[in-house]
Amino acid sequence: MTILVIAEHDQNSLKAATLNTITAASKIGGDLHVLVAGTACSGAAQQAAQLQGVTSVKVADAAHYQSQTAENLTALIIAHAAGYTHILAPATTFGKNLLPRVAALLDVGQISEITGVESPDTFIRPIYAGNALATVQSADKIKVITVRSTAFEPAITGGNAPIEAIAAAADTAQSTLTHRELTKSERPELGAAKIIVSGGRGLGSGENYHKLLEPLADKLGAALGASRAAVDAGFVPNDYQVGQTGKIVAPQLYIAVGISGAIQHLAGMKESKVIVAINKDPDAPIFQVADYGLVGDLFELVPQLVSAVG
Amino acid sequence: MKILVPVKRVVDYNVKVRVKADGSGIDLANVKMSMNPFDEIAIEEAVRLKEAGIASEVIAVSCGVTACQETLRTAMAIGADRGILVETDVELQPLAVAKLLQALCAKEQPQLVICGKQAIDDDANQTGQMLAALQNWPQATFASKVVIANGKATVTREIDGGLETLEIGLPAVVSTDLRLNEPRYATLPNIMKAKKKPLETVKPADLGVDVTPRLTTLKVSEPAKRSAGIRVADVAELVNKLKNEAKVI
Repeated sequence: MTILVIAEHDQNSLKAATLNTITAASKIGGDLHVLVAGTACSGAAQQAAQLQGVTSVKVADAAHYQSQTAENLTALIIAHAAGYTHILAPATTFGKNLLPRVAALLDVGQISEITGVESPDTFIRPIYAGNALATVQSADKIKVITVRSTAFEPAITGGNAPIEAIAAAADTAQSTLTHRELTKSERPELGAAKIIVSGGRGLGSGENYHKLLEPLADKLGAALGASRAAVDAGFVPNDYQVGQTGKIVAPQLYIAVGISGAIQHLAGMKESKVIVAINKDPDAPIFQVADYGLVGDLFELVPQLVSAVG
Repeated sequence: MKILVPVKRVVDYNVKVRVKADGSGIDLANVKMSMNPFDEIAIEEAVRLKEAGIASEVIAVSCGVTACQETLRTAMAIGADRGILVETDVELQPLAVAKLLQALCAKEQPQLVICGKQAIDDDANQTGQMLAALQNWPQATFASKVVIANGKATVTREIDGGLETLEIGLPAVVSTDLRLNEPRYATLPNIMKAKKKPLETVKPADLGVDVTPRLTTLKVSEPAKRSAGIRVADVAELVNKLKNEAKVI
């Protein structure tokens, strides 16, 4: 068996979810190759080569891989797919956008967002917003898989795999990136944060969200998240959203402030190690999953918490 | 230009699903079914493009059992002009649906396919991308804004950490994210009107598509339940627990 992991990276380094994907690949077993396609991406390639379990790093360096479009990356992967039994990518917006395109051209199904590896052809994946877990077996000759990063530990350094340049595919010129605006933040990324402070509709406004939650996040070195209700109400941008249709997170500590706990939100955070809920409604469903529940007025309790953790 | 919009009949967003006792699947008996919420957004977007004079016709397509007719009627009540049901009792997986849509694209020649980014039952998030691949069309997934002008689509996409804008030629596939629009409620007159709109039924075999599933579900189980913890009296007790019991701060 030979496995190909498609690296998500920013040219200089690998995105955190790539490390979890490599761990999932290691559980399948066999040779493990990592494809780094980019423009001047040797930094990311070198990081991949140093990860335990990786046996080879393939680098395709060309100008048309700068913007990481699905069309160009698919053409590259298809050109080099022969010989691989499994192709994996993280189940981030990057991997979700790319991998079904690859699977369709290989005429195979895709197994989305696996959380467990049972055997080389059998995997566990959540369905219905994580309210059920399906064990699925693939009959396809190449298994194309996206990996839920929170279900696997990140791969650690200690490897020394050879790096090999591979030929780029022709530019499909089907898609042009004209603008990319990433939220600038000194805080850790939601997907990789150890502590997340998350706010819901109970905060009442975007102003309150920032005024109350930012000092707490600063004190704890936490990332900021939000429920869909808070995003829909315009308190914060969509990339803050935790839940079935947003990000799936599993930090050491998740502090839910003014979040009632809809099924769709719980789907995104219930794997967190410790959950704290602060809500004025003692019957809010969030308390059913919280390790520590504090009933009361968040406008009083959150500032108290900021002073108390200092 | 024609716009094709695939719509899926799924368990309603508000239903708390239950795993069958024998682990063979989800208990769907007497459960409320609705249109997948992302597909409603897709229909809404297509209808707005028609209202803006950009699209000439909006065709809703559903693949599945006979009852998917209801989902198509809902799409037509929102404003789709006609419906096509690809009727089968076989469990349809994303690749099979993409191939059915490919066959319909060959027949209908749409310039744009707008689909939901994922269905809330299997959470696969695959069909739109697969269709784009099979058609060798460009794709713009997870759209929060779509502008069609001069034979091109300019699409703002929700990506991890922010937004990006892609320019793609037509024909193309666009998949919808939550913030693209707020679907309208179908009014009673429009629901009545939708009943008279044309609804054509075809079978996968008519389209020459093999829909045999590629994945076999061996079992479905309940995830480990997280049990409720304790209520703390005040902030001091909370901080004490987090520091000394959970040791997470």
